[in-house]
Amino acid sequence: MFNPEVGNFALALAVVLAIAQGVMGIWGAHRRDASLMAAAPALAIGQAIALIVSFAVLVHANVVNDFSVKVVAENSSSMKPLFYRITGTWGNHPGSVLLWCLVLGLCSGAVAIFGSNLPSAVRARVVGVQGLSSAGFTLFALLSSNPFTRLWPPPMQGMDMNPLLQDPGLAIHPPMLYLGYVGFSVPFAFAVAALIEGRVDAAWGRWVRPWTLAAWCALTCGITLGSWWAYYDLGWGGFWYWDPVENASLLPWLTGTALLHSAIVVEKREALKTWTVLLAIGTFSLSLLGTFLVRSGILNSVHSFAAAPNRGVFILVLLGILIVGSLLLFALRAPALAPVGIFAPLSREGALILNNILICSIAAVVLTGTAYPPFADLLAGIKISVGPPFYASTVFPLAFPLFLAMSLGTALSWKRAALAPVFRQVWWAALISVVIGLFAVMRMRALPALGMVAAAWLVFGALADVASRISLFSLPPRRSLARLMGLRRAAIGAAVAHAGLGVTIAGVAGMSLAASAVVFLKPGQSTNIGGYTWTLKSIGEHDGSNYKAAVATVLVSHNGRLVTTLTPERRQFPIQGITTDEAKIQTNGLRDLYAVFGEERDGGAVLRLHDNRFAPWIWFGGAFMALGGLLSLSDRRLRVGAPRPAAAALAAAAR
Amino acid sequence: MKNPPNRVARPAPARAVPVRPGPGRAVPGAPVPGRSPLRRTLLYSIPVVTVLAAGTGFYFMLRGLRRGTFNPHGVPSPLVGHRIPPFSLPGINAGGFSSTEIFAAHRPLVINFFASWCLPCREEEPVLMGLRAQGIPIWGIAYKDTVPAASAYLSKFGNPYARTASDEPGRASIDWGLTGVPETFIINSEGVVVWHMAGPLTPELATRVVEPMMQKLNQ
Repeated sequence: MFNPEVGNFALALAVVLAIAQGVMGIWGAHRRDASLMAAAPALAIGQAIALIVSFAVLVHANVVNDFSVKVVAENSSSMKPLFYRITGTWGNHPGSVLLWCLVLGLCSGAVAIFGSNLPSAVRARVVGVQGLSSAGFTLFALLSSNPFTRLWPPPMQGMDMNPLLQDPGLAIHPPMLYLGYVGFSVPFAFAVAALIEGRVDAAWGRWVRPWTLAAWCALTCGITLGSWWAYYDLGWGGFWYWDPVENASLLPWLTGTALLHSAIVVEKREALKTWTVLLAIGTFSLSLLGTFLVRSGILNSVHSFAAAPNRGVFILVLLGILIVGSLLLFALRAPALAPVGIFAPLSREGALILNNILICSIAAVVLTGTAYPPFADLLAGIKISVGPPFYASTVFPLAFPLFLAMSLGTALSWKRAALAPVFRQVWWAALISVVIGLFAVMRMRALPALGMVAAAWLVFGALADVASRISLFSLPPRRSLARLMGLRRAAIGAAVAHAGLGVTIAGVAGMSLAASAVVFLKPGQSTNIGGYTWTLKSIGEHDGSNYKAAVATVLVSHNGRLVTTLTPERRQFPIQGITTDEAKIQTNGLRDLYAVFGEERDGGAVLRLHDNRFAPWIWFGGAFMALGGLLSLSDRRLRVGAPRPAAAALAAAAR
Repeated sequence: MKNPPNRVARPAPARAVPVRPGPGRAVPGAPVPGRSPLRRTLLYSIPVVTVLAAGTGFYFMLRGLRRGTFNPHGVPSPLVGHRIPPFSLPGINAGGFSSTEIFAAHRPLVINFFASWCLPCREEEPVLMGLRAQGIPIWGIAYKDTVPAASAYLSKFGNPYARTASDEPGRASIDWGLTGVPETFIINSEGVVVWHMAGPLTPELATRVVEPMMQKLNQ
């Protein structure tokens, strides 16, 4: 059953099913042939099952150390712990492509299953478009990066995996990211289906939103986990480097966030239709583009991926067909989509348009910074690298107006708003923010202090929004509580997500207070960093399953009281001859005490020690944002009269 | 004030046509610009045209990557096209070398900066060993490294270098414009830097760039 050839066959089967799904869906909807249309969702489910089988076979090959499979021999070894043999399945190029195909297949399966209350023509077209995209990617997996390629004779032992990748972070980060990236294929498919049909209305906005939300939540989690992984596993002590690979994941997140908000306008007011369709196409295109740039080796990144320019051309052609095709359709069909809703500039719609303009401007700036170096090199032969100073000077001026508008926008009413009620709602949030800003400016530089103001403004603005919705203080507490219970989940979700962004900003701004130093200590010696006394107690050794480690035991105390004991390690992996630093972090929710064991020398240890204040908030905020998205996703309104689905779809896809 | 479908009653505010959206006056919701259908089609074609242009660019980058003419990882060095800076360094075990000796060698060389405390250097080691096996001379300079540590590193992980020198204070490396280790320079027989790479050499770079370039320089 788990023979690799079965996996290969299932993958080939998935290609055929995907093509049939695409052709029957789109052709059937065009011909209005009910039986063809009904076949598409069934084929989509079949395709998803075929991919599940194929992926399961690959996981099995990794688990049982089947070194006759090339990717297993090249990336695994029998010395590797079971957990990493499983997660190693997607730690290499062919495996990750198969995971990508699997998620894409699960997405179309989810639309087929949960979209049963969509009009049949809409469902057939959406599933059809998904089928055609799946066909392209499964074909790529089968022809250009087949994970089931065999070796004969099989080697006795595999080459093992890059030890940096042997981390629980790797277990969830890439699948989450893929779930997000690929999840945006659903809004994309809806957009293309709408363009084929030539109609976008309020119902379309309502269908698209839950899928967008689900993908957005997954991408938020994925980016947060990735940032966390870089922070603790790579031992750099930083969390975001404006590295091209990170930017590639940020871009779809930004446009996805814009899409999330503009879809509300389509649903509520039937305005911004062409813009929303373009965003839906653009977000998935940017997801694809990011993957392509990372995998092809075009971008210069600190995250080293095996570059494969030969495969690059295949992906480029594939992306070209998908993106150019959909944008061509957009150019031909979108001009006919006329807006219906009318509103004044000062209104919820107006605020959401401002949100879209600012977010998309940030995305444009990040895209420019990311794409400029390779294009400057190609066209003018100029070698440049765009670093954090560029992003700091271009993103921040756009981000702060966005933060300002975020807490105001939720206070505006639809169609036409007045300013007086807005001020009544947010004045106290503004007051608290200013007070916090005054405190902050005494302790930190101007920009982080401004960040703290923005953070407080978002958190308290979100609280003010909820307080005003439940008429806190103007109604008796019991009735306010009853209102809180009856509040729409989408409203709570929005408040939680907005506050989450505030928490993240507070963490980023607070990191400016972080203290760090590289010190050389002999056992018994100590040093002072960030108000703590760090003492190297001893240097020991221990053996892991496929590595040997030197362990430094560092006692951290504050005013003579022991706070924690950190045991950073240096691990040596004999098979690859690689050494990794295993950072150790102790967090109390407000600050991270962070130690890296640099090297052992003359009986002492070179240690990098950090006292990172507010650092955990960066990831708490990310979790809050994703939680907000999930709350919004669980809103009843999204389930009634819409693909019932998305929460369950997300859960199903996550499994 | 409902717009009939498929027609735009008014130019959009986004295009700075005066519409006077005064208080209480509604304007069409989406920025739907353009009066004639042709202009709208042209406007809506901007995304596809942009993507086509970008795609063409990416194609040529990929082609360049394969031919070795396009290298996104090559960070510019002011030294490329210039003679190497004058320096004289003590050795790790014996010898050491100076810029005079490089000029005197009068043949193309690979100069590699490394350190025992640098993880990417260790990853690069097998690639350098491969180059050495091809008969390519690599002269190594240990950057900010003690002599015992560098010596132990070379004996433990293998020595790919024809000659080695130690720049423990790191002063010569400043003249070379080093940004970190490892860094690799290819110099021609005149002592002029012709190629530079910051970061570890990959097997691909070794076969696509270093080997052909050394062959060409040797002719």
